[in-house]
Amino acid sequence: MIIAGLAFYLFAIIAVAAAVMVITARNPVHSVLWLILVFFNAAGLFLLLQAEFLAMTLVVVYVGAVAVLFLFVVMMLDLNTQVLREGLAEYVPLGAVIGLILLVEIATVGGSWLLSPEMEQVRGAVARTDITNTQALGNLIYTDYVYLFQAAGLVLLVAMIGSIMLTHRVRPGVKKQKVAEQLARGRTVEVKKVPTRGGI
Amino acid sequence: MLEIGLGHYLTVAAILFTLGVFGIFLNRKNVIIIMMSIELMLLAVNVNLVAFSSFLNDLVGQVFTLFILTVAAAEAAIGLAILVVFFRNRGSIAVEDINQMKG
Repeated sequence: MIIAGLAFYLFAIIAVAAAVMVITARNPVHSVLWLILVFFNAAGLFLLLQAEFLAMTLVVVYVGAVAVLFLFVVMMLDLNTQVLREGLAEYVPLGAVIGLILLVEIATVGGSWLLSPEMEQVRGAVARTDITNTQALGNLIYTDYVYLFQAAGLVLLVAMIGSIMLTHRVRPGVKKQKVAEQLARGRTVEVKKVPTRGGI
Repeated sequence: MLEIGLGHYLTVAAILFTLGVFGIFLNRKNVIIIMMSIELMLLAVNVNLVAFSSFLNDLVGQVFTLFILTVAAAEAAIGLAILVVFFRNRGSIAVEDINQMKG
């Protein structure tokens, strides 16, 4: 129990500190690396909550895919971080005020809610203790939530096609083999005069 | 103190969410950091859902978290693709320059 409590504080403090570094780091590359640390610690919190499958998914999806994608884009774009950080200080008061208001609102809500006595009856899927977390989630996803699961797959497909369409570009002056044109030529033979060092 | 309850997890999630909102205001010029702040906010929501799921002994919260993860990954991919195209055309990712979407 004590170890779990200490682990919670360790993960929580590192996650919050790393989140502060994400938004204040000078270099966007460092921001991404701090973001990876936040995700790792959030995965630790998920483990403490006995959500092992989601913890591993968080590491695989966020650290393995999303953060690496961010890292690629940050390194690909030639950014002038000096220009991007201009006027940072003048946004601090507004952001701090709004953040404080939000925190007070959340604290007000968080301090005054109660669990309904009928909560036990309205649970959607009671977690079983005799099977692992992954198995229980699988039982649920592939039965009750199968349509939503398919829809999630569709969302990913649309995202994949969309990002390929957006970033694909046809460059002029690239020589490619055009198989259809070659096959359509028939049996004609022609002689061409090729300039030196030019090619056709 | 060392007995961790639901409130502890909700506090961490609230702080992470607020930091995400604060990050959006702090980095008004850098779209990449704004997207990272959005990821932070989604993560805070996920922590909330998983904490409730664990303490109320109801797995639906974790299923929901799984779908949020999916949508967050799709959002990051599309957002970064738009960002790359924008940078290719304009040579900048400052938010003030993104005003060409009229018509």
